[in-house]
Parts: sequence; structure tokens; C-alpha cells
Amino acid sequence: MNKVAVIDYGMGNLHSVAKAVEHVGRELGEETEVTVTPDANLIAAADRVIFPGVGAIRDCMAEINRLNVGQIVEEAMKTKPVLAICVGMQALMQHSEENDGVDCLGFMQGKVRFFGEPLLNNEGQRLKVPHMGWNEVSQTQKHPLWKNVPDNSRFYFVHSYYVESTDTKKITGVTAYGKEVVATLADDNIFATQFHPEKSQTVGLTLLRNFLQWDGQT
Amino acid sequence: MGLAKRIIPCLDCDKGRVVKGVKFVDIRDAGDPVEVAKRYCDAGADEITFLDITASHEDRNTTVETVRAIAGQVFIPLTVGGGIRTLEDIRTMLNAGADKVGINTAAVNNPEFVREAAARFGSQCIVVAVDAKQVSAEGEPLKWEIFTHGGRNPTGLDAIEWVKRMVDYGAGEILLTSMDRDGTKIGFDLALNKTVSQAVQVPVIASGGVGNLQHLAEGVLDGEADAVLAASIFHFGEYTIKEAKQHMASRGIEVRL
Repeated sequence: MNKVAVIDYGMGNLHSVAKAVEHVGRELGEETEVTVTPDANLIAAADRVIFPGVGAIRDCMAEINRLNVGQIVEEAMKTKPVLAICVGMQALMQHSEENDGVDCLGFMQGKVRFFGEPLLNNEGQRLKVPHMGWNEVSQTQKHPLWKNVPDNSRFYFVHSYYVESTDTKKITGVTAYGKEVVATLADDNIFATQFHPEKSQTVGLTLLRNFLQWDGQT
Repeated sequence: MGLAKRIIPCLDCDKGRVVKGVKFVDIRDAGDPVEVAKRYCDAGADEITFLDITASHEDRNTTVETVRAIAGQVFIPLTVGGGIRTLEDIRTMLNAGADKVGINTAAVNNPEFVREAAARFGSQCIVVAVDAKQVSAEGEPLKWEIFTHGGRNPTGLDAIEWVKRMVDYGAGEILLTSMDRDGTKIGFDLALNKTVSQAVQVPVIASGGVGNLQHLAEGVLDGEADAVLAASIFHFGEYTIKEAKQHMASRGIEVRL
């Protein structure tokens, strides 16, 4: 039995990620139990943990702090594979400039910044914010979660703020949107994605499948 | 290379069944939105929009179940529109597995609703759908007005001012339908789309009037759309999603192939 806990701190739609993990679990032919919960004990009992997040960072951090999710994530990171998604990844950083500035968990070095305006591509065309849709992710480091994911595959992004990592050796994938943007980070047994693997069809499901089989080593 | 322009098939559903007809070859039940959505997803659609046209409130539970079933099998973004009037409606749809909701008439009736919805759930899931009609006469500067009820009811709202206001209030995306073109198959209202796209920072989805693949490409190239939405050209098997993407790519548009 592969037990996966999706940390529920009241922010947004966790149905998608739970359904996608159940789906790949079935494909793997192994029993996968997905629990969507804020309960520290249930999360501690899981084999692997998903730390999601959508919406505004101030509201997310308020709930993370209220429910002590930071400590839960920190504990999980010591012992088991953790996947942080979208605002979940942003919450791992030190600080976000969204909502006039919000302190985040500080588990990874760097800040979360606004895309800014005007944002232009190489041809000088104006780019829309949020960065919404399918963009190519270049794999800058080998990682078990990239197994069977072709380099430069397109993943689904939706965000107006991006991670600026000051610890560049943790960057495992980048995309381009007016500037080079961190798409994924990895540090020991945590892997973080700015995109939504649960919404990225085949390549996203492959990444989730890899997460279900990952031992947390790189 | 960079962000791909999106192709979004739209399913109109009444009481949990796809209406306006879908004619695929070798599909078991063309009225089953789950099967149709899955088919589009496998064919390479970038997102799915599910438009609920169910009239009665009681039948809406069916819609929620349908959304839940689609979300359990389709792993691309799903937008649900039609009858979204309260924060509770939004919560219900998001909990059922929708990634975004489309708000149309409720925004016209109460613009503050969009502000509340974006504050509560985040702009990323709030799509404001607008139905616009040209109201300027020939020779006058172009002007469009917002209409409701399938283009029957004028609102007096200038379309460009309205979308700017909606983005100000937190809309994360605009679904723009030209009521002059809807159902005509003569192509998008490119002037309308370009004007809206340039007026706002957020992505704009062009809708209304697609009859062929050239129209889709023009929506992006001339209408400056970030995504194109179509129903009938895909439903009746005139073109596949793949053909649409190949055509767009041949015109130099970046797509997810």
C-alpha cells in the first residue's frame, strides 16, 4: 500500500491532484490510498506527501501558519518524498512580494516576484499576466521525477508571481516567459513544481507516477 | 519558443447531456460529456470548457456530478460556466473538480461579485465571460456593447470599459464572445478581439464565429487572442484538434503538438 497525503489547508481545489494521483496509482497496478487532510498524524503516517496551493499567498500563508502546516511539511521533508505544487512551491521560499509582501516558510533560498509590466518576449511582443497555459520546461538537471519525461515537454502553468532562486544548484527545470523562470526545484527528498502536473496530461501524469515510485533520493 | 496558444473545445450541456450534437465516428455515446471530454483530451485539446445551459435549479446537481466525473478522467484544465451566481456555486464547482469558473450574467447584475470571487478563490480561477455586439454604425468609430441572455438584452455597458473593469476587479481571464458572429461560421470579430486583448493584461479567449481552421489562426494572428474556443467545427468532425493545431503551426503560431 502506497499512502499519499495531500495537505488540505483550505485553499482551493485539491480534487484534481487527488484524482490524478489515484489515476496513476491504478495504472501502476499498486494499491494507492490518497488522503486529503490537514491532520498532522495522518500526514506523518503517509509514505509521501503533496503540498499544493492556489490563490493568493497571503491567504495561503495565513492558513499554513494557523494550521501549523510549515512544521508538518518540515517534518515530512526529513523522512519522505514531498511534492510541492504551484503556490505550495512559492510558500517554501523565504519571501513573496505578492499582497504587499508576505513572509514564507524559508525552506528554500530565494524570493517570489511579480512578473512585472511590460513583460516582453524575444520578439518584443507584450506577454500577458498571468502566465497561463502550456509552456516548455527545459530539464537543467537529471532527477528521478524526470524519468520518461522528454526534455522541453509542455506543462500547464497558471501564475502571476515566479520564484527567483538564489540557490541555483537546486533548480532542476526552467521555462521562458519574458525571462528565464524557475519551473522546478529539488532538494533532497523534496521536489517542487511551479506548473500543475495534475493538469498537464500525459507528461504531468508521468511525473506524478515517478513521484509515487520515488524513494526520495536523487 | 515559449507559451503555446491554446485550443479549447466547448461542450454545451443540458441536464448532464451534450447538446447541439456531437458527431464523432466510433464514439459510443456522443451525448455523454465525460466520453466527449475524454476524447478531446486524448486528441490534444489544451483545455475543456463545459457550458451548462440547464434551465432549472433542481437539475444542477446533475451538472455537479458530470463535472466530478469529467474531472476524474480528464487531466487538463476544466472551466465550468453557466449559472454561476454565488460564491457557493463557485465553491461547489471547484470542489467537484473544475479549475476555473466562467461568470457572465451574474457579473453584469452585480459587478462586486467578481471582486468577492477573485478575493476568495484567486484570480486564476475566475474567468469573466462577456457577450459583446457591435453598436456603432458604419463609418463611426467601432463600439461594442455588453449583452446578456444570448444577445437579447442590452446592458448599456461599453464592452471595452467593462472588460477593463472586470480585470480590475480580479478576473484572471476573459472569454470574449461576439454575438454578431456566434453561430455564423464566418470567423471571429477580429477588431473586437484585438481591441479587448490590447486593453487588458490578462489572457483573452476568442469565441463566436469559427467556421474553418483559417479562422482559428486569424483569431490569434489578427485578433491577438491567447486562446481560441470552438464548438461545432470539432463536434461535427469537420476538423480534428490535431488538424487545427497543425494549421496554426503552419501559420507560425506556437501550439502544443
